[in-house]
Amino acid sequence: MNQVKEFGTAIRSTLILWLIVAVMYPLMMLAVGELFVPFQAHGSILRNRQSQAIGSALIGQPFTSDKYFWSRPSTIDYSAGKTAAPTGGSGASNLAPSNPDLPKRTKVEIDRLKAAGIKPTNDLVYTSGSGLDPHISLESARNQIPRVARARGLDTNKVEIIMTQSIEDRFLGIFGEPGVNVLNLNLALDKLT
Amino acid sequence: MWQGLFQIALTLLPIGIITPILGKYLAVVFEADPSTRLRSKSVLTWLDSVFSHSERAIYRFSQIDRDQVMTGWQYARAIFASNIVMGIFVFILLITQAGLPFNSTGLIAPTWDTALHTTISFLTNTDQQHYSGETTFSYASQVLGLGFLLFTSAATGLAVGIAFIRGLTGRSLGNFYVDLTRGIIRVLLPLSIVIALLFLIGGVPETLDPPITATTLDGATQIIAVGPVAHFESIKQLGENGGGFFGANSAHPFENPNSFTNLIATIAMISIPAALIHTYGIFAGNTRQSWLIFGMVFGFFIISIGIAAMGEYGGNPLINAQLGSSQPNLEGKEVRFGWAQTALWAVATTGTMCGAVNGMLDSFMPAGGLVTLFNLFLQIIWGGQGTGTAYLFVYLILAVFLTGLMVGRTPEFLGRKIEKPEIILASVVLLVHPIAVLIPSAITLAFPETLSGISNAGFHGISQVVYEYASASANNGSGLEGLADSAPAATGLWWNLSASMSMLFGRYVPILALLLLADGMSRKQPVPMTTGTLRTDTVLFTSVTAGVILVLGALSFFPILALGPIAEAFQIHNL
Repeated sequence: MNQVKEFGTAIRSTLILWLIVAVMYPLMMLAVGELFVPFQAHGSILRNRQSQAIGSALIGQPFTSDKYFWSRPSTIDYSAGKTAAPTGGSGASNLAPSNPDLPKRTKVEIDRLKAAGIKPTNDLVYTSGSGLDPHISLESARNQIPRVARARGLDTNKVEIIMTQSIEDRFLGIFGEPGVNVLNLNLALDKLT
Repeated sequence: MWQGLFQIALTLLPIGIITPILGKYLAVVFEADPSTRLRSKSVLTWLDSVFSHSERAIYRFSQIDRDQVMTGWQYARAIFASNIVMGIFVFILLITQAGLPFNSTGLIAPTWDTALHTTISFLTNTDQQHYSGETTFSYASQVLGLGFLLFTSAATGLAVGIAFIRGLTGRSLGNFYVDLTRGIIRVLLPLSIVIALLFLIGGVPETLDPPITATTLDGATQIIAVGPVAHFESIKQLGENGGGFFGANSAHPFENPNSFTNLIATIAMISIPAALIHTYGIFAGNTRQSWLIFGMVFGFFIISIGIAAMGEYGGNPLINAQLGSSQPNLEGKEVRFGWAQTALWAVATTGTMCGAVNGMLDSFMPAGGLVTLFNLFLQIIWGGQGTGTAYLFVYLILAVFLTGLMVGRTPEFLGRKIEKPEIILASVVLLVHPIAVLIPSAITLAFPETLSGISNAGFHGISQVVYEYASASANNGSGLEGLADSAPAATGLWWNLSASMSMLFGRYVPILALLLLADGMSRKQPVPMTTGTLRTDTVLFTSVTAGVILVLGALSFFPILALGPIAEAFQIHNL
């Protein structure tokens, strides 16, 4: 009898707490998001004039063409292309510093960068944690300016100005690291021409 | 480098400010002194009445007698009963997800062992994930199932911590259901709402939309997973759960878009376990002692961060040779966080048993691997929600016992004699962890081909296996994720089942022992303090405690550290 009562209490309290924290609370946050910050709540999705999605302001994209700044290497290729899961995905290499596959992979990456005339920097050589990193370091962006300017037939100063406008600084100038949002930067370049 | 260390220091500064405020608030919520009530007529009293009404409604519905005081056994039985009910409920939700709504990507049911491991993992506040959120669980499973356990597992831990503090300071333990309800209604839910709002403003999505198909500038088709993330993310950090909505956890730009959300998330995961030390001080009427303990833990914490940060800043010598200069290790890290915030996070998440990651621990340099493993072994560099603070006092009790033996006096703690039953229970609490970590590790390493699923061969492989069990038993949940621990890998079944055992063992056995220990202490007659009493609120005694912690931790686990990260460091640096 005592145990029946004990489990009765457990079941009832589970039910009511579930209603509060797993139903009411998420519904409330969904409503707040929809009402006050709909752009962010739906994933900061960027659209073209035909209102087709071209990406998210927060999610990186793979770039291979010379007229674009390149992103960091990604083990999941930014959840894009034919190999992307229909659900979307994220992920990292999880290679240990002692794993012989790591220097092999970075060697290939460094050779590719050198062939393109870009000085290899750590962010362009190491893969990111999410596989979706939207940023590259300021140095990596600067190193790519001559290539992009040449491909687009633009003055390097002009490209540098646009690059500087795409810098996302540290929070309050202190926390985190500054980076250049590659998608925003390439979008700004496309708008120019 | 100096900017990195400076921003780490500034990130930690708010902890010192939040600790006394939140610690006081927790003491009021859990009635350290029933006569203190909020007096001022302000928004606080309005909130207080909202909370009281909700609580009364919950007690009425659940038929909880809030004046009923529980013994240690009763408290533990209430925890077991409620956790069994919650676990069965969520397990059913997960395996039936194919037939439930909010499954826009048409996901099928996970394998039974993945569902079982996930349920136990979230139920025990571990949140070890042998799956990727995007590809395995529907919005219904994540929000209605896992999102529910994020709150209850954190509140259960908090309740145990509070009951333990009550017992230690000579009070009755209280009522589990009242503590569970209060923890959620007055602490976790309101703070989660505030943090979720900040996350929303910072850019974290909160939507039921299906994944978005975008055409990139270069013409590729990109699939972007979204979801109701913001509300999930806030309690994930605050409750030290750590189970991410997406596979990449807090490295994912939707879980942690920028340094603003990263700062909030870092502070959120440390705030409650740090504050609970101060809450103890208020219960015991000795905040001098609680500040000393806080200082000791903070000292361990700072040293750990320093070691991890230097390792990442120095980078990987093998890659630096290719680059031609020394550059920080960014493998598995995001540009926006960099080496400093990622190293800080790694230490905070393994110290507090949150287990969320904003950079991949498997790719950390051996220095980071060493301190994260050491944190998991000690379990007190802040420690888990509620339970971590209790472990801290178990170490204190052992230190009292040892120093008592040295000077030849009956050991006493807070005016109560430490006797045989207390030492037995304290030993049980501390022995469970090495047993639940080392025995399954030994079995797994004995069958490297069929069971282990190691992805980084050599010394790092030993770290991968031991880390997985240490994380499970400490109820942390982070992992060296290269390990093939999930379906469809052949080793997934073994990892799911064996890690589940470590999580259950590492969660419920210490909880029972802690409650019985607290119950015993609360029933002892206080002995008056004399000049012969060993004072426990001195720098000397706190230093001895720190030594006891280090010696016990080192004795149990040093061979693993030597074989894993230390050997790997020698290998990389070619020494």
